[in-house]
Amino acid sequence: MSFMKSILGSAAALALTAGAAAADPAIIFDLGGKFDKSFNEAAFSGAQRWAEETGGSFREIELQNEAQREQALRRFAEAGSNPIVMAGFAFASALGEVAKDYPDTSFVIIDMVVGEPNVRSVVFNEHEGSYLVGMMAAMASKSNTVGFIGGMDIPLIRRFACGYAQGVKAANPDATVVANMTGTTPAAWNDPVKGSELTKAQISQGADVVYAAAGGTGVGVLQTAADEGILSIGVDSNQNYLHPGKVLTSMMKRVDNAVYNAFKDGPGLETGFNVMGLANGGVGYAMDENNAELVSADMKAMVDGASMKIQSGELKVHDYMSDESCPALSF
Amino acid sequence: MTFFDLLQLLDSAFRLATPLLLACLAGLFSERAGIFDIGLEGKMLASAFLSAAVAAITGSVWIGLLAGIGASVLMSLIHGLASITFRGNQIISGVAINFLAAGLTVVISQSWFGQGGRTPQLSGAGRFEPIPWPGALPSRELADAGPAMQLYSELLSGHTIWVYLAVPIVFASWWVLFRTRLGLRLRAVGENPAAVDTAGISVVGLRYTAVIICGVLCGIAGAYLATALQAGFVKDMTAGRGFIALAALIFAKWRPWAALNACLLFGFLQAFALRPDLIEKLLTVKVQVQLLDALPYILTVVILAGLVGKADPPKAGGQPYVKEN
Repeated sequence: MSFMKSILGSAAALALTAGAAAADPAIIFDLGGKFDKSFNEAAFSGAQRWAEETGGSFREIELQNEAQREQALRRFAEAGSNPIVMAGFAFASALGEVAKDYPDTSFVIIDMVVGEPNVRSVVFNEHEGSYLVGMMAAMASKSNTVGFIGGMDIPLIRRFACGYAQGVKAANPDATVVANMTGTTPAAWNDPVKGSELTKAQISQGADVVYAAAGGTGVGVLQTAADEGILSIGVDSNQNYLHPGKVLTSMMKRVDNAVYNAFKDGPGLETGFNVMGLANGGVGYAMDENNAELVSADMKAMVDGASMKIQSGELKVHDYMSDESCPALSF
Repeated sequence: MTFFDLLQLLDSAFRLATPLLLACLAGLFSERAGIFDIGLEGKMLASAFLSAAVAAITGSVWIGLLAGIGASVLMSLIHGLASITFRGNQIISGVAINFLAAGLTVVISQSWFGQGGRTPQLSGAGRFEPIPWPGALPSRELADAGPAMQLYSELLSGHTIWVYLAVPIVFASWWVLFRTRLGLRLRAVGENPAAVDTAGISVVGLRYTAVIICGVLCGIAGAYLATALQAGFVKDMTAGRGFIALAALIFAKWRPWAALNACLLFGFLQAFALRPDLIEKLLTVKVQVQLLDALPYILTVVILAGLVGKADPPKAGGQPYVKEN
């Protein structure tokens, strides 16, 4: 027992000195996993970009279950990592507890607001990006019916759906939006089989473009859309390459920029509310060689026009999370 | 709701019921022989991973299938070793299998492919493709076709091979369990292993046979998920289907044909939950989708509580057999 203790003790001491010497930043990935080809992967690529540019190193952990949230946070904070970035809204309550105990450590939470003095809360205007891809979906649709498939039914995902529906209606007031959520538990982020069936169900309701905001479930959505010969829209990262010529575009949420900025700002970064929208490159739609033929010049002109208007404040996209309601879609 | 809507629902139900059915029959063999198995989920997951991984490497879905079955049978043997040979607690061993599969699949696939616990996307011969029947029309041309054509093209045509094989597999399971000497012995070993032992037949051998059959069927179920319904493995992609299969097994009171009905019912409920528009049209009120998702479990509890009929598990289920000496 005492032998165990001394081993554990020296390991902890090692970790402490290593951390204190470098004050490396740290990042914690959420349950979706680091390579979800979506949200967490975007966070990872931002961290990696920072590491490549600066030659620095960072610490990281992928959560395996809910219970590890607070534990992982405390471990990094104890080890002297600074700043500590959390990819995911689900860290909010754990961070609320931990942030108070480590006032000298800077924390960055993405997709959620935590009102502590040493926390930077990065939120994205997903409704703005979704609005743009919604317009593209409506213009690409021949059946005047487009689909939305969300992951877990939470306000954040409804915000995607609501922005999308508004964009669809703006480009084509007669279009129908079919919206489904995969589930109400975290398993909804990793159920591609259900994603596929939902896509087929939406196709039978006439949808010929589907937008997936569903993490790993979206893999099934994009696959089925490609198999059935309709278009899909990816989310978070640029997913156009998954099925070249069959993914209309991707709603990019520049989580990578958020992580990169946080790492670059380093310890003592500016805390508080940090909104990343169209105006500061926080969201947008993806264009590359894989979807160049799908997006017509008209489409691009119209979407860019709307983007300018949103940036200048002339056009306001309703945010579901501001009042828990959506003018263009009922849940 | 039109006839065509109903067909589409049933079409989806067939696809969703197939993995449940295969896993349910797997559990049936194991539990009829007295080995409770809550590790169906883990075996399916292990098979889903290895079938997709091997199919991606070799480009052949059939080799992938064999590998998936191999992974699942290996898990079965671990369960057998713990619960038959070493007489451990079958529930704990089953839970361990689930955890083992959830962890191992992601770790191994990360080290093989470096795509974060995914396997590369499968295409062509790496997947079980849908089999269109001669003369079947594609879905989008069906809305104006006659009902017979709709039935033929939408519901019957265009499934992968395992959907078509599901019913023969149910028949084979029934035949083996209730019409052969092996089946009689398997059932006996789940009811009264001492009697089987007295007759000079190996209890251990029979129980291992049962868990291996269970492994093979779970292996097919997992491979079906990853290489027929999907084009690759995603972590935790079984998403609780092994547990729904267990619920179906209890609902079916451990009988093969009843298992078919139970899985079709559960599959239909799942398919129905995907079409809130139809539910609203049919019932004229908005029903929470969550209620439909929960229905399989609610029905199982109703059955277990003895409100509708009585569910008698095999009498020696869950008990390791200790030979008197």
